[in-house]
Amino acid sequence: MAEPLLRVDQLVRRFGGILATDHVSLEVARGELHAIIGPNGAGKTTLISQLTGQLMPHEGRILLAGRDITRVPPYRRSGLGLARSFQITSLLPDFTAADNVALAAQAHDGHSFHFWGNARKVRHLREAAQAALDRVGLGHRADVVVSRLSHGEQRELELAVALATRPQLLLLDEPMAGLGMTESARMVQLLQEVRREVAIVLVEHDMNAVFALADRISVLVYGRVIASGTPSEIRSNDEVKRAYLGDQQVVAHG
Amino acid sequence: MTAAINARNAVAALVVAGLLLLPLYTSITGNIFALTLFTRIVIFALAAVSLNLIMGYGGMMSFGHAAYLGIGGYAVGMLAAEGIGSGFVQWPVALAASALFALVIGALSLRTRGVYFIMITLAFAQMAYYIASGLARYGGDDGLTIYDRSDFSGLINLSNKVQFYYLCLACLFGGIYLVSRIVNSRFGMVVQGLRSNEQRMQAIGFPATRYRLVCFVIAGTICGLAGALLANNTDFVSPAVMYWTRSGDLMVMVILGGMGSLFGPVIGAIVYLVLEEFLSQFTEYWALILGPLLLLVVLFGRGGIMGLLGRLSRG
Repeated sequence: MAEPLLRVDQLVRRFGGILATDHVSLEVARGELHAIIGPNGAGKTTLISQLTGQLMPHEGRILLAGRDITRVPPYRRSGLGLARSFQITSLLPDFTAADNVALAAQAHDGHSFHFWGNARKVRHLREAAQAALDRVGLGHRADVVVSRLSHGEQRELELAVALATRPQLLLLDEPMAGLGMTESARMVQLLQEVRREVAIVLVEHDMNAVFALADRISVLVYGRVIASGTPSEIRSNDEVKRAYLGDQQVVAHG
Repeated sequence: MTAAINARNAVAALVVAGLLLLPLYTSITGNIFALTLFTRIVIFALAAVSLNLIMGYGGMMSFGHAAYLGIGGYAVGMLAAEGIGSGFVQWPVALAASALFALVIGALSLRTRGVYFIMITLAFAQMAYYIASGLARYGGDDGLTIYDRSDFSGLINLSNKVQFYYLCLACLFGGIYLVSRIVNSRFGMVVQGLRSNEQRMQAIGFPATRYRLVCFVIAGTICGLAGALLANNTDFVSPAVMYWTRSGDLMVMVILGGMGSLFGPVIGAIVYLVLEEFLSQFTEYWALILGPLLLLVVLFGRGGIMGLLGRLSRG
């Protein structure tokens, strides 16, 4: 079998006496969209934070394209092709949308110890920024300061920033959080396009979105993966129904 | 928006013109005092400009910036005391010593954030203060008199008041130009991004500390130059220039003038030192008047005087 793009091997993270991540193992193949679902407090964000390096696991290993990145600091993981969006929007609020994306492109354009030339006039960075903004439908908002963008636009900008680092694997922590119906639908459509180029790990509460997008789903409950499989397998899994999905109608409609 | 920028630019242009023409005014009126005062102001403005680079643009609240004034000053003073009077030696040593000090204390203090960073930079500066106080060979507590100003072998005569003033002014304008290039460069974007959201910057692939440290060293080096100028200006250097209240003065200048605005620290230095000069003629409790004034600017004029100017012309 080919080496998966991401392999998580028996990952453990404790907070005091609580096992927030309880021997989690999962694999994400190239081109796959792998959703992680689970009730609140299941440890989804804790897991994502370990994948991005914000949080160190106590046991286990994380491999990206066969390379052990368990102890690699966050900024270097970005260089290895890992990008993330944050559950709570995390941008540079006093920079324009274009600046935010251009910085992401700049981070992957060699070192930034250039002290003289005007960064806003570096054409290939600006073009990369504009391209990423166009992709998420924010092309016309390039020169707007982030704090003046709507919440929905900021979520889209998060995605543009992640894309501008030209990742192999995108970790999306609840990209639909706080979005309205139309905005969510737009985001789903956007992710449908993005997934063609890059593998995605998606943490999301919006079950419609998850079942519409995912190739495979892992269900996390109390820090443990209780099931992993295709959407239809997950939908028919008794343990999942009991633990989590049981009475949610959305699942029945799929 | 354009009106706001214009009002600020107008004030900046006026100040630049005033600074450039000041020696003319002095020679016409014979008022040497103004030249003396403004030489000092220009030197402190340069120090404030360098502090603004890390504080205003980099978000690093260093409470020990006056240490570089002392290090630059002592480099000049100690070399002069040992008989090395050439500015071509003294000044590079002053810059290098400041850079080295910034590198060491930056590498240690940039591991911390927020209040801890303020405290640790303060502690390092106080350490420098006490070390200087202990230098018995170089005057200790009493300070060190510099009998000859730095010698630039006929290129420029620092003992000539006008020439020295213009040298200080050139250093100030050079410093502002340097900072303006830096903050708009790739490097400057990274440093400002780190001020705005460090976690985000790390996530897109920037090693935060490395960039902060380089910025910290650049600011310290520029301030070391101000220190070399200051020592020449007063013909004297003492531990007092490194005392924590001096660092506080520099912070006040930056905040008063406008953090993160290129020209703000210059305005801040002028307003602060002119007020200090005149208020202290009336009362030795001049800080009692300056304090509330600063409070008002901080409370109502976010962005300092430059920010206030911006809003006035917009409103």
